[in-house]
Amino acid sequence: MSERVAGRALPLRVLPVTALAGATRALGGGGGRHLIERHARVYRRTWLVLASGVAEPLFYLFSIGIGIGKLVGSVKVGGATVPYTTFVAPALLATSSMNGAIFDSTFNVFFRLKYAKLYDAVLATPMRSGDVALGEIGWALIRGALYACAFLVVMLAMGLLRSPWSAAALPAALLTGFAFAAAGMAATTFMRSWQDFEYVTLVSVPLFLFSATFYPLSVYPRAVQILVQCTPLYQAVALMRGLVLGAGGPALLWHVAYLLIMGAAGLYVAGRRVSRLLLT
Amino acid sequence: MPDDSPLIRARGLVKRFGTFTAVDGIDFELRRGEAFGFLGPNGAGKSSTMRMIGCVSPPTAGELTILGLDSVRDGAAIRARLGVVPQEDTLDVELTVRENLYVYGRYFGLPRAVISERAAALLDFVQLADRAGDQVEPLSGGMKRRLTIARSLINAPDILLLDEPTTGLDPQARHVVWDRLFRLKRQGVTLVLTTHYMDEAEQLCDRLVVMDGGRIAAQGTPRGLIGEYSTPEVLELRFDPADHDAAADKLTAVPATRREVLADRILLYVPDGDATLAQVRALGLDPLTSLVRRSTLEDVFLRLTGRQLGE
Repeated sequence: MSERVAGRALPLRVLPVTALAGATRALGGGGGRHLIERHARVYRRTWLVLASGVAEPLFYLFSIGIGIGKLVGSVKVGGATVPYTTFVAPALLATSSMNGAIFDSTFNVFFRLKYAKLYDAVLATPMRSGDVALGEIGWALIRGALYACAFLVVMLAMGLLRSPWSAAALPAALLTGFAFAAAGMAATTFMRSWQDFEYVTLVSVPLFLFSATFYPLSVYPRAVQILVQCTPLYQAVALMRGLVLGAGGPALLWHVAYLLIMGAAGLYVAGRRVSRLLLT
Repeated sequence: MPDDSPLIRARGLVKRFGTFTAVDGIDFELRRGEAFGFLGPNGAGKSSTMRMIGCVSPPTAGELTILGLDSVRDGAAIRARLGVVPQEDTLDVELTVRENLYVYGRYFGLPRAVISERAAALLDFVQLADRAGDQVEPLSGGMKRRLTIARSLINAPDILLLDEPTTGLDPQARHVVWDRLFRLKRQGVTLVLTTHYMDEAEQLCDRLVVMDGGRIAAQGTPRGLIGEYSTPEVLELRFDPADHDAAADKLTAVPATRREVLADRILLYVPDGDATLAQVRALGLDPLTSLVRRSTLEDVFLRLTGRQLGE
Protein backbone atom coordinates (compact mmCIF):
# COMPACT_ATOMS: atom_id res chain seq x y z
CA MET A 1 0.00 0.00 0.00
CA SER A 2 2.69 2.46 0.98
CA GLU A 3 4.58 1.97 -2.31
CA ARG A 4 1.44 2.71 -4.24
CA VAL A 5 0.78 5.78 -2.15
CA ALA A 6 4.29 7.02 -2.82
CA GLY A 7 3.94 6.23 -6.52
CA ARG A 8 0.78 8.23 -6.77
CA ALA A 9 2.33 11.25 -5.14
CA LEU A 10 5.10 11.46 -7.72
CA PRO A 11 3.29 13.26 -10.54
CA LEU A 12 2.44 16.06 -8.13
CA ARG A 13 6.09 17.01 -7.92
CA VAL A 14 6.43 16.97 -11.67
CA LEU A 15 3.22 18.58 -12.84
CA PRO A 16 1.98 21.98 -11.76
CA VAL A 17 -0.83 21.36 -9.31
CA THR A 18 -3.43 23.25 -11.33
CA ALA A 19 -2.67 21.26 -14.48
CA LEU A 20 -3.14 18.04 -12.57
CA ALA A 21 -6.43 19.29 -11.17
CA GLY A 22 -7.58 20.21 -14.65
CA ALA A 23 -6.58 16.85 -16.11
CA THR A 24 -8.32 14.96 -13.33
CA ARG A 25 -11.39 17.10 -13.76
CA ALA A 26 -11.53 16.22 -17.43
CA LEU A 27 -11.19 12.50 -16.68
CA GLY A 28 -13.34 12.94 -13.60
CA GLY A 29 -16.74 11.46 -12.98
CA GLY A 30 -17.10 9.58 -16.24
CA GLY A 31 -20.31 11.40 -17.16
CA GLY A 32 -22.41 8.81 -15.39
CA ARG A 33 -21.31 5.76 -17.36
CA HIS A 34 -19.98 4.06 -14.25
CA LEU A 35 -23.38 4.37 -12.64
CA ILE A 36 -24.92 2.82 -15.74
CA GLU A 37 -22.41 -0.01 -15.43
CA ARG A 38 -23.56 -0.53 -11.85
CA HIS A 39 -27.23 -0.71 -12.84
CA ALA A 40 -26.47 -3.11 -15.68
CA ARG A 41 -24.73 -5.39 -13.19
CA VAL A 42 -27.72 -5.33 -10.83
CA TYR A 43 -30.24 -5.95 -13.61
CA ARG A 44 -28.29 -8.95 -14.90
CA ARG A 45 -29.76 -10.75 -11.93
CA THR A 46 -33.25 -9.26 -12.21
CA TRP A 47 -33.80 -9.61 -15.95
CA LEU A 48 -37.45 -10.50 -15.33
CA VAL A 49 -38.09 -6.82 -14.57
CA LEU A 50 -36.75 -6.00 -18.03
CA ALA A 51 -38.93 -8.67 -19.62
CA SER A 52 -42.07 -7.21 -18.07
CA GLY A 53 -41.12 -3.80 -19.43
CA VAL A 54 -41.05 -5.30 -22.92
CA ALA A 55 -44.37 -7.07 -22.49
CA GLU A 56 -46.49 -4.22 -21.11
CA PRO A 57 -46.73 -1.99 -24.21
CA LEU A 58 -47.37 -5.06 -26.33
CA PHE A 59 -50.36 -5.91 -24.16
CA TYR A 60 -51.74 -2.45 -24.91
CA LEU A 61 -51.08 -2.87 -28.62
CA PHE A 62 -52.88 -6.19 -28.75
CA SER A 63 -55.87 -5.18 -26.63
CA ILE A 64 -56.46 -1.61 -27.79
CA GLY A 65 -54.84 -1.69 -31.20
CA ILE A 66 -56.28 -4.96 -32.39
CA GLY A 67 -59.34 -5.29 -30.16
CA ILE A 68 -60.69 -1.74 -30.32
CA GLY A 69 -59.33 -1.49 -33.87
CA LYS A 70 -61.82 -4.16 -34.93
CA LEU A 71 -64.68 -1.98 -33.68
CA VAL A 72 -63.37 1.35 -34.96
CA GLY A 73 -62.11 0.34 -38.36
CA SER A 74 -60.16 3.26 -39.73
CA VAL A 75 -59.29 6.83 -38.74
CA LYS A 76 -58.82 9.96 -40.81
CA VAL A 77 -55.61 11.66 -39.94
CA GLY A 78 -53.93 14.49 -41.87
CA GLY A 79 -56.05 13.93 -44.96
CA ALA A 80 -55.31 10.18 -45.15
CA THR A 81 -57.35 7.31 -43.84
CA VAL A 82 -55.44 4.61 -41.93
CA PRO A 83 -56.48 1.50 -40.02
CA TYR A 84 -56.98 2.20 -36.32
CA THR A 85 -54.15 -0.15 -35.31
CA THR A 86 -51.75 1.76 -37.52
CA PHE A 87 -53.00 5.00 -36.00
CA VAL A 88 -52.71 3.98 -32.38
CA ALA A 89 -49.46 1.94 -32.47
CA PRO A 90 -47.00 4.88 -32.69
CA ALA A 91 -48.88 6.63 -29.87
CA LEU A 92 -48.52 3.52 -27.72
CA LEU A 93 -44.80 3.46 -28.47
CA ALA A 94 -44.47 7.09 -27.36
CA THR A 95 -46.54 6.35 -24.25
CA SER A 96 -44.46 3.35 -23.30
CA SER A 97 -41.29 5.43 -23.71
CA MET A 98 -42.80 7.94 -21.32
CA ASN A 99 -43.97 5.36 -18.78
CA GLY A 100 -40.67 3.47 -18.72
CA ALA A 101 -38.68 6.66 -18.31
CA ILE A 102 -40.93 7.96 -15.56
CA PHE A 103 -40.84 4.69 -13.64
CA ASP A 104 -37.05 4.53 -13.72
CA SER A 105 -36.48 8.13 -12.89
CA THR A 106 -39.03 8.46 -10.08
CA PHE A 107 -39.50 5.28 -8.01
CA ASN A 108 -36.03 3.86 -8.58
CA VAL A 109 -34.25 7.18 -8.13
CA PHE A 110 -36.22 8.00 -4.98
CA PHE A 111 -35.30 4.65 -3.46
CA ARG A 112 -31.61 5.11 -4.29
CA LEU A 113 -31.66 8.69 -3.05
CA LYS A 114 -33.46 8.26 0.26
CA TYR A 115 -33.09 4.63 1.28
CA ALA A 116 -30.21 2.86 -0.45
CA LYS A 117 -27.95 5.94 0.04
CA LEU A 118 -26.43 5.04 -3.30
CA TYR A 119 -25.65 8.61 -4.27
CA ASP A 120 -24.02 9.33 -0.92
CA ALA A 121 -21.52 6.60 -1.74
CA VAL A 122 -21.15 7.76 -5.35
CA LEU A 123 -20.53 11.39 -4.44
CA ALA A 124 -17.65 10.42 -2.12
CA THR A 125 -15.78 9.39 -5.30
CA PRO A 126 -14.68 11.72 -8.13
CA MET A 127 -18.23 11.54 -9.52
CA ARG A 128 -20.37 14.68 -9.28
CA SER A 129 -24.08 15.29 -8.93
CA GLY A 130 -24.25 15.98 -12.67
CA ASP A 131 -22.77 12.52 -13.29
CA VAL A 132 -25.50 11.03 -11.09
CA ALA A 133 -28.20 12.77 -13.14
CA LEU A 134 -26.56 11.74 -16.43
CA GLY A 135 -26.13 8.15 -15.24
CA GLU A 136 -29.72 7.75 -14.10
CA ILE A 137 -31.18 9.33 -17.22
CA GLY A 138 -28.75 7.39 -19.41
CA TRP A 139 -29.83 4.16 -17.79
CA ALA A 140 -33.50 5.00 -18.27
CA LEU A 141 -32.70 5.56 -21.95
CA ILE A 142 -30.93 2.23 -22.33
CA ARG A 143 -33.90 0.40 -20.87
CA GLY A 144 -36.22 2.51 -22.98
CA ALA A 145 -34.26 1.63 -26.12
CA LEU A 146 -34.61 -2.06 -25.33
CA TYR A 147 -38.39 -1.78 -24.92
CA ALA A 148 -38.77 0.41 -28.00
CA CYS A 149 -36.77 -2.04 -30.14
CA ALA A 150 -38.98 -4.93 -29.08
CA PHE A 151 -42.11 -2.87 -29.78
CA LEU A 152 -40.81 -1.75 -33.19
CA VAL A 153 -40.02 -5.32 -34.17
CA VAL A 154 -43.64 -6.27 -33.44
CA MET A 155 -44.90 -3.22 -35.36
CA LEU A 156 -42.72 -4.21 -38.30
CA ALA A 157 -44.00 -7.78 -38.20
CA MET A 158 -47.60 -6.51 -38.14
CA GLY A 159 -46.95 -4.18 -41.08
CA LEU A 160 -47.59 -1.07 -38.98
CA LEU A 161 -44.51 0.86 -40.10
CA ARG A 162 -45.81 2.77 -43.13
CA SER A 163 -43.02 5.16 -44.00
CA PRO A 164 -39.22 5.00 -44.46
CA TRP A 165 -39.16 7.71 -41.76
CA SER A 166 -40.06 4.90 -39.37
CA ALA A 167 -36.32 4.35 -39.14
CA ALA A 168 -36.29 7.47 -36.98
CA ALA A 169 -38.86 5.99 -34.59
CA LEU A 170 -36.17 4.55 -32.32
CA PRO A 171 -34.32 7.86 -31.88
CA ALA A 172 -37.70 9.52 -31.35
CA ALA A 173 -38.52 6.99 -28.62
CA LEU A 174 -35.16 7.73 -27.00
CA LEU A 175 -35.77 11.46 -27.20
CA THR A 176 -39.15 10.95 -25.55
CA GLY A 177 -37.49 8.84 -22.85
CA PHE A 178 -34.83 11.50 -22.32
CA ALA A 179 -37.38 14.29 -21.87
CA PHE A 180 -39.52 12.35 -19.40
CA ALA A 181 -36.65 10.72 -17.51
CA ALA A 182 -34.99 14.09 -16.97
CA ALA A 183 -38.25 15.75 -15.92
CA GLY A 184 -39.13 12.78 -13.73
CA MET A 185 -35.78 12.79 -11.96
CA ALA A 186 -35.98 16.53 -11.42
CA ALA A 187 -39.47 16.12 -9.92
CA THR A 188 -38.30 13.23 -7.73
CA THR A 189 -35.69 15.38 -6.03
CA PHE A 190 -38.57 17.48 -4.67
CA MET A 191 -40.49 14.51 -3.27
CA ARG A 192 -40.58 14.02 0.48
CA SER A 193 -42.30 10.64 0.85
CA TRP A 194 -43.88 7.83 -1.12
CA GLN A 195 -47.23 9.65 -0.82
CA ASP A 196 -45.89 12.31 -3.18
CA PHE A 197 -45.76 9.70 -5.92
CA GLU A 198 -49.53 10.11 -6.24
CA TYR A 199 -48.63 13.25 -8.17
CA VAL A 200 -46.75 11.16 -10.71
CA THR A 201 -49.89 9.13 -11.37
CA LEU A 202 -51.97 12.28 -11.33
CA VAL A 203 -49.87 13.69 -14.17
CA SER A 204 -48.98 10.63 -16.21
CA VAL A 205 -52.44 9.02 -16.46
CA PRO A 206 -54.20 12.06 -17.97
CA LEU A 207 -51.25 12.54 -20.31
CA PHE A 208 -51.65 8.94 -21.42
CA LEU A 209 -55.41 9.24 -21.95
CA PHE A 210 -55.81 12.72 -23.44
CA SER A 211 -52.71 13.36 -25.59
CA ALA A 212 -54.45 12.41 -28.84
CA THR A 213 -53.25 8.93 -28.06
CA PHE A 214 -56.42 7.03 -28.91
CA TYR A 215 -58.13 9.49 -31.26
CA PRO A 216 -57.08 12.43 -33.43
CA LEU A 217 -56.59 15.85 -31.89
CA SER A 218 -59.42 17.12 -34.13
CA VAL A 219 -62.10 15.63 -31.86
CA TYR A 220 -61.40 18.39 -29.31
CA PRO A 221 -62.74 21.94 -29.51
CA ARG A 222 -60.07 24.47 -30.56
CA ALA A 223 -59.33 25.71 -27.02
CA VAL A 224 -58.74 22.19 -25.74
CA GLN A 225 -56.61 21.41 -28.79
CA ILE A 226 -54.26 24.24 -27.89
CA LEU A 227 -54.08 23.07 -24.30
CA VAL A 228 -53.28 19.49 -25.36
CA GLN A 229 -50.67 20.70 -27.83
CA CYS A 230 -48.81 22.32 -24.95
CA THR A 231 -48.38 19.04 -23.05
CA PRO A 232 -45.30 16.88 -23.55
CA LEU A 233 -46.79 13.51 -24.39
CA TYR A 234 -48.80 15.09 -27.20
CA GLN A 235 -45.50 16.33 -28.62
CA ALA A 236 -44.04 12.83 -28.47
CA VAL A 237 -47.16 11.20 -29.94
CA ALA A 238 -47.33 13.70 -32.80
CA LEU A 239 -43.64 13.18 -33.55
CA MET A 240 -43.88 9.40 -33.51
CA ARG A 241 -47.09 9.29 -35.53
CA GLY A 242 -45.67 11.74 -38.06
CA LEU A 243 -42.59 9.56 -38.56
CA VAL A 244 -44.34 6.21 -38.72
CA LEU A 245 -47.15 7.40 -41.01
CA GLY A 246 -44.79 9.54 -43.09
CA ALA A 247 -46.86 12.67 -42.48
CA GLY A 248 -45.86 15.92 -40.84
CA GLY A 249 -42.75 17.04 -42.72
CA PRO A 250 -40.23 19.53 -41.29
CA ALA A 251 -42.83 20.68 -38.73
CA LEU A 252 -41.87 17.58 -36.76
CA LEU A 253 -38.68 19.41 -35.80
CA TRP A 254 -40.77 21.59 -33.46
CA HIS A 255 -41.67 18.50 -31.48
CA VAL A 256 -38.01 17.51 -31.40
CA ALA A 257 -37.06 20.95 -30.10
CA TYR A 258 -39.78 20.85 -27.42
CA LEU A 259 -38.60 17.46 -26.11
CA LEU A 260 -34.92 18.43 -26.25
CA ILE A 261 -35.52 21.57 -24.21
CA MET A 262 -37.65 19.68 -21.71
CA GLY A 263 -34.91 17.06 -21.28
CA ALA A 264 -32.09 19.59 -20.97
CA ALA A 265 -34.02 21.59 -18.38
CA GLY A 266 -34.81 18.44 -16.39
CA LEU A 267 -31.19 17.32 -16.50
CA TYR A 268 -30.00 20.69 -15.24
CA VAL A 269 -32.52 20.85 -12.42
CA ALA A 270 -31.90 17.22 -11.41
CA GLY A 271 -28.14 17.74 -11.14
CA ARG A 272 -28.56 20.96 -9.17
CA ARG A 273 -31.09 19.41 -6.80
CA VAL A 274 -28.95 16.32 -6.09
CA SER A 275 -26.21 18.75 -5.06
CA ARG A 276 -28.61 20.71 -2.87
CA LEU A 277 -29.89 17.56 -1.16
CA LEU A 278 -26.67 15.62 -0.60
CA LEU A 279 -23.75 18.05 -0.68
CA THR A 280 -24.81 20.03 2.38
CA MET B 1 4.94 19.30 -3.34
CA PRO B 2 7.64 18.90 -0.72
CA ASP B 3 6.95 16.06 1.66
CA ASP B 4 6.91 18.20 4.78
CA SER B 5 4.02 20.36 3.55
CA PRO B 6 0.71 19.52 5.23
CA LEU B 7 -1.64 17.05 3.49
CA ILE B 8 -4.60 18.88 4.99
CA ARG B 9 -4.60 22.46 6.16
CA ALA B 10 -7.63 24.21 7.67
CA ARG B 11 -7.77 27.87 8.68
CA GLY B 12 -10.80 29.41 10.36
CA LEU B 13 -13.01 26.61 9.05
CA VAL B 14 -16.72 27.24 9.66
CA LYS B 15 -19.82 25.22 8.84
CA ARG B 16 -23.29 26.59 9.45
CA PHE B 17 -26.65 25.00 8.75
CA GLY B 18 -29.11 27.90 8.78
CA THR B 19 -28.64 29.55 12.16
CA PHE B 20 -26.93 26.50 13.70
CA THR B 21 -23.14 26.61 13.74
CA ALA B 22 -21.78 23.07 13.60
CA VAL B 23 -18.11 24.00 13.19
CA ASP B 24 -17.08 27.33 14.64
CA GLY B 25 -13.75 28.40 13.18
CA ILE B 26 -11.20 25.61 13.60
CA ASP B 27 -7.54 25.40 12.54
CA PHE B 28 -5.55 22.21 12.09
CA GLU B 29 -2.83 20.66 9.96
CA LEU B 30 -2.15 17.08 9.06
CA ARG B 31 1.07 15.54 7.76
CA ARG B 32 1.77 12.51 5.63
CA GLY B 33 1.77 9.22 7.50
CA GLU B 34 0.03 10.62 10.56
CA ALA B 35 -2.97 9.12 12.31
CA PHE B 36 -4.98 12.17 13.26
CA GLY B 37 -8.11 12.11 15.40
CA PHE B 38 -11.07 14.33 16.19
CA LEU B 39 -12.24 13.36 19.67
CA GLY B 40 -15.47 14.71 21.04
CA PRO B 41 -19.04 13.88 22.03
CA ASN B 42 -21.94 13.64 19.56
CA GLY B 43 -22.73 17.05 18.14
CA ALA B 44 -19.21 18.42 18.64
CA GLY B 45 -18.87 19.10 14.91
CA LYS B 46 -16.64 16.11 14.09
CA SER B 47 -18.77 14.66 11.29
CA SER B 48 -19.35 18.09 9.73
CA THR B 49 -15.58 18.60 9.70
CA MET B 50 -15.11 15.18 8.18
CA ARG B 51 -17.64 15.86 5.43
CA MET B 52 -15.85 19.09 4.56
CA ILE B 53 -12.55 17.20 4.34
CA GLY B 54 -14.29 14.59 2.17
CA CYS B 55 -15.30 17.41 -0.21
CA VAL B 56 -18.99 16.56 0.04
CA SER B 57 -19.89 19.61 2.12
CA PRO B 58 -18.72 23.10 1.14
CA PRO B 59 -17.34 25.15 4.07
CA THR B 60 -19.39 28.19 5.02
CA ALA B 61 -16.22 30.16 5.68
CA GLY B 62 -12.49 29.66 6.08
CA GLU B 63 -9.82 27.90 4.08
CA LEU B 64 -9.49 24.18 3.52
CA THR B 65 -6.63 22.84 1.43
CA ILE B 66 -6.27 19.10 0.88
CA LEU B 67 -3.28 17.57 -0.96
CA GLY B 68 -2.40 21.10 -2.00
CA LEU B 69 -5.77 21.58 -3.72
CA ASP B 70 -8.77 23.72 -2.83
CA SER B 71 -11.57 21.66 -1.28
CA VAL B 72 -14.35 23.39 -3.18
CA ARG B 73 -12.80 24.14 -6.56
CA ASP B 74 -10.92 20.84 -6.91
CA GLY B 75 -13.36 18.59 -5.03
CA ALA B 76 -13.42 15.80 -7.62
CA ALA B 77 -9.62 15.73 -7.98
CA ILE B 78 -9.25 15.51 -4.21
CA ARG B 79 -11.92 12.85 -3.81
CA ALA B 80 -10.07 10.74 -6.38
CA ARG B 81 -7.26 10.46 -3.82
CA LEU B 82 -9.32 10.01 -0.64
CA GLY B 83 -10.73 6.87 0.94
CA VAL B 84 -13.92 7.45 2.90
CA VAL B 85 -15.51 5.29 5.59
CA PRO B 86 -18.73 7.14 6.44
CA GLN B 87 -20.44 6.93 9.80
CA GLU B 88 -23.42 5.07 8.35
CA ASP B 89 -22.69 2.23 5.98
CA THR B 90 -23.48 3.11 2.39
CA LEU B 91 -22.72 -0.33 0.98
CA ASP B 92 -24.64 -1.31 -2.13
CA VAL B 93 -27.10 -3.98 -0.98
CA GLU B 94 -28.03 -4.86 -4.53
CA LEU B 95 -24.49 -6.10 -5.17
CA THR B 96 -22.34 -8.88 -3.75
CA VAL B 97 -19.35 -8.28 -1.48
CA ARG B 98 -16.86 -8.46 -4.33
CA GLU B 99 -19.06 -6.40 -6.65
CA ASN B 100 -19.20 -3.66 -4.02
CA LEU B 101 -15.45 -3.24 -4.38
CA TYR B 102 -15.55 -3.63 -8.13
CA VAL B 103 -18.32 -1.13 -8.81
CA TYR B 104 -16.88 1.38 -6.33
CA GLY B 105 -13.52 1.14 -8.07
CA ARG B 106 -15.26 1.87 -11.35
CA TYR B 107 -16.71 5.07 -9.85
CA PHE B 108 -13.06 6.14 -9.61
CA GLY B 109 -12.58 5.24 -13.26
CA LEU B 110 -10.02 2.55 -12.40
CA PRO B 111 -9.31 -0.12 -15.03
CA ARG B 112 -11.10 -3.42 -14.47
CA ALA B 113 -7.90 -5.46 -14.16
CA VAL B 114 -6.49 -3.13 -11.51
CA ILE B 115 -9.70 -3.34 -9.49
CA SER B 116 -9.89 -7.13 -9.67
CA GLU B 117 -6.35 -7.47 -8.40
CA ARG B 118 -6.83 -4.95 -5.59
CA ALA B 119 -10.25 -6.32 -4.63
CA ALA B 120 -8.82 -9.79 -4.06
CA ALA B 121 -5.99 -8.42 -1.90
CA LEU B 122 -8.34 -6.14 0.03
CA LEU B 123 -10.87 -8.88 0.75
CA ASP B 124 -8.01 -10.93 2.16
CA PHE B 125 -6.88 -7.96 4.20
CA VAL B 126 -10.30 -7.45 5.82
CA GLN B 127 -10.81 -11.21 6.20
CA LEU B 128 -13.84 -11.40 3.94
CA ALA B 129 -12.38 -13.45 1.09
CA ASP B 130 -14.68 -16.37 1.91
CA ARG B 131 -17.74 -14.10 1.67
CA ALA B 132 -16.76 -12.54 -1.68
CA GLY B 133 -19.73 -13.95 -3.59
CA ASP B 134 -22.31 -13.30 -0.85
CA GLN B 135 -24.90 -10.55 -0.67
CA VAL B 136 -24.13 -7.68 1.70
CA GLU B 137 -27.30 -7.65 3.79
CA PRO B 138 -26.72 -10.84 5.82
CA LEU B 139 -23.23 -9.71 6.91
CA SER B 140 -22.74 -8.76 10.55
CA GLY B 141 -22.15 -5.13 11.54
CA GLY B 142 -18.43 -5.75 11.97
CA MET B 143 -18.14 -7.41 8.56
CA LYS B 144 -19.99 -4.56 6.87
CA ARG B 145 -17.62 -2.10 8.50
CA ARG B 146 -14.61 -4.08 7.31
CA LEU B 147 -16.08 -4.25 3.82
CA THR B 148 -16.55 -0.48 3.91
CA ILE B 149 -12.90 -0.13 4.90
CA ALA B 150 -11.83 -2.41 2.04
CA ARG B 151 -14.02 -0.38 -0.33
CA SER B 152 -12.42 2.86 0.83
CA LEU B 153 -8.97 1.49 -0.05
CA ILE B 154 -9.81 0.42 -3.61
CA ASN B 155 -8.30 3.62 -5.08
CA ALA B 156 -5.09 3.30 -2.99
CA PRO B 157 -5.93 6.61 -1.30
CA ASP B 158 -3.39 9.13 -0.01
CA ILE B 159 -5.64 9.82 2.98
CA LEU B 160 -8.16 7.53 4.63
CA LEU B 161 -11.10 9.27 6.37
CA LEU B 162 -12.94 7.27 9.02
CA ASP B 163 -16.03 8.75 10.67
CA GLU B 164 -16.75 6.89 13.91
CA PRO B 165 -15.25 3.66 12.56
CA THR B 166 -16.36 1.39 15.40
CA THR B 167 -19.55 3.01 16.65
CA GLY B 168 -22.29 0.42 17.02
CA LEU B 169 -19.94 -2.57 16.94
CA ASP B 170 -19.64 -5.11 19.72
CA PRO B 171 -16.29 -5.18 21.57
CA GLN B 172 -14.90 -8.12 19.65
CA ALA B 173 -15.77 -6.64 16.26
CA ARG B 174 -14.22 -3.34 17.38
CA HIS B 175 -10.95 -5.02 18.15
CA VAL B 176 -10.86 -6.65 14.71
CA VAL B 177 -11.43 -3.26 13.07
CA TRP B 178 -8.79 -1.62 15.27
CA ASP B 179 -6.31 -4.33 14.36
CA ARG B 180 -6.87 -3.70 10.63
CA LEU B 181 -6.60 0.07 11.04
CA PHE B 182 -3.44 -0.34 13.06
CA ARG B 183 -1.94 -2.43 10.26
CA LEU B 184 -2.81 0.28 7.74
CA LYS B 185 -1.16 2.84 9.97
CA ARG B 186 1.97 0.67 10.14
CA GLN B 187 1.97 0.55 6.34
CA GLY B 188 2.17 4.34 6.28
CA VAL B 189 -1.41 5.16 5.29
CA THR B 190 -2.44 8.59 6.55
CA LEU B 191 -5.53 8.20 8.73
CA VAL B 192 -8.03 10.83 9.83
CA LEU B 193 -10.67 9.59 12.20
CA THR B 194 -13.41 10.89 14.41
CA THR B 195 -14.43 9.10 17.56
CA HIS B 196 -16.14 9.57 20.86
CA TYR B 197 -14.29 6.58 22.30
CA MET B 198 -11.24 7.69 24.20
CA ASP B 199 -9.68 4.21 24.01
CA GLU B 200 -9.99 4.30 20.22
CA ALA B 201 -8.31 7.71 20.11
CA GLU B 202 -5.52 6.56 22.44
CA GLN B 203 -4.84 3.38 20.49
CA LEU B 204 -4.94 4.75 16.97
CA CYS B 205 -4.07 8.44 16.98
CA ASP B 206 -0.60 9.92 16.87
CA ARG B 207 -2.12 13.33 17.33
CA LEU B 208 -5.61 14.54 18.04
CA VAL B 209 -7.81 17.51 18.62
CA VAL B 210 -10.46 17.55 21.31
CA MET B 211 -13.65 19.11 19.90
CA ASP B 212 -16.55 20.51 21.83
CA GLY B 213 -19.40 22.69 20.60
CA GLY B 214 -17.84 23.16 17.16
CA ARG B 215 -14.53 24.43 18.54
CA ILE B 216 -11.16 22.87 19.24
CA ALA B 217 -10.67 22.71 23.00
CA ALA B 218 -7.11 21.35 22.87
CA GLN B 219 -4.74 19.54 20.57
CA GLY B 220 -1.65 17.38 20.93
CA THR B 221 -0.53 13.77 21.26
CA PRO B 222 -2.66 11.54 23.50
CA ARG B 223 0.15 11.34 26.06
CA GLY B 224 0.93 15.04 25.79
CA LEU B 225 -2.72 15.97 26.38
CA ILE B 226 -2.94 13.70 29.40
CA GLY B 227 0.29 15.15 30.77
CA GLU B 228 -0.90 18.69 30.21
CA TYR B 229 -4.51 18.42 31.37
CA SER B 230 -4.49 15.61 33.90
CA THR B 231 -2.45 13.97 36.65
CA PRO B 232 -0.57 10.68 36.33
CA GLU B 233 -3.16 8.82 38.42
CA VAL B 234 -6.83 8.98 39.21
CA LEU B 235 -8.54 7.59 42.29
CA GLU B 236 -12.14 6.64 41.57
CA LEU B 237 -14.37 6.25 44.61
CA ARG B 238 -17.92 5.00 44.76
CA PHE B 239 -20.05 5.43 47.84
CA ASP B 240 -23.52 4.36 48.86
CA PRO B 241 -25.83 6.90 47.12
CA ALA B 242 -27.09 8.00 50.58
CA ASP B 243 -23.54 8.90 51.67
CA HIS B 244 -22.37 10.27 48.32
CA ASP B 245 -22.79 14.00 49.04
CA ALA B 246 -21.48 13.83 52.57
CA ALA B 247 -18.42 11.90 51.40
CA ALA B 248 -17.80 14.49 48.69
CA ASP B 249 -17.74 17.22 51.34
CA LYS B 250 -15.36 15.30 53.60
CA LEU B 251 -13.00 14.55 50.69
CA THR B 252 -12.20 18.25 50.30
CA ALA B 253 -9.82 17.65 53.20
CA VAL B 254 -7.76 15.26 51.04
CA PRO B 255 -5.10 17.06 48.97
CA ALA B 256 -5.67 16.54 45.24
CA THR B 257 -4.78 18.45 42.09
CA ARG B 258 -8.43 18.35 41.09
CA ARG B 259 -11.62 16.59 42.14
CA GLU B 260 -14.66 15.76 40.05
CA VAL B 261 -17.94 14.86 41.73
CA LEU B 262 -19.96 12.89 39.17
CA ALA B 263 -23.47 11.54 39.69
CA ASP B 264 -22.24 8.08 40.64
CA ARG B 265 -18.54 8.48 41.43
CA ILE B 266 -15.99 10.88 42.85
CA LEU B 267 -12.68 11.26 41.01
CA LEU B 268 -9.53 12.51 42.69
CA TYR B 269 -6.69 13.59 40.38
CA VAL B 270 -3.44 12.89 42.22
CA PRO B 271 0.19 11.91 41.59
CA ASP B 272 -0.12 8.71 43.68
CA GLY B 273 -3.51 7.02 43.91
CA ASP B 274 -2.65 4.44 46.54
CA ALA B 275 -1.25 7.05 48.90
CA THR B 276 -4.41 9.14 48.48
CA LEU B 277 -6.62 6.12 49.09
CA ALA B 278 -4.80 5.59 52.40
CA GLN B 279 -5.52 9.24 53.28
CA VAL B 280 -9.22 8.73 52.42
CA ARG B 281 -9.39 5.69 54.70
CA ALA B 282 -7.60 7.64 57.45
CA LEU B 283 -10.47 10.16 57.35
CA GLY B 284 -12.78 7.32 58.31
CA LEU B 285 -14.42 7.13 54.88
CA ASP B 286 -15.19 3.65 53.62
CA PRO B 287 -16.00 3.67 49.87
CA LEU B 288 -18.00 0.74 48.41
CA THR B 289 -15.43 0.44 45.64
CA SER B 290 -12.15 2.17 44.94
CA LEU B 291 -10.02 2.09 41.84
CA VAL B 292 -6.61 3.55 41.17
CA ARG B 293 -5.95 4.00 37.46
CA ARG B 294 -3.89 6.03 35.05
CA SER B 295 -5.38 9.15 33.52
CA THR B 296 -7.03 8.78 30.12
CA LEU B 297 -8.32 11.11 27.43
CA GLU B 298 -11.70 10.82 29.14
CA ASP B 299 -10.20 12.75 32.04
CA VAL B 300 -8.74 15.31 29.67
CA PHE B 301 -12.16 15.80 28.13
CA LEU B 302 -13.82 16.09 31.54
CA ARG B 303 -11.28 18.69 32.55
CA LEU B 304 -11.66 20.69 29.34
CA THR B 305 -15.44 20.66 29.06
CA GLY B 306 -16.81 19.66 32.45
CA ARG B 307 -18.67 16.82 30.78
CA GLN B 308 -18.07 13.15 30.08
CA LEU B 309 -17.54 11.99 26.48
CA GLY B 310 -20.55 9.69 26.54
CA GLU B 311 -22.95 12.50 27.53
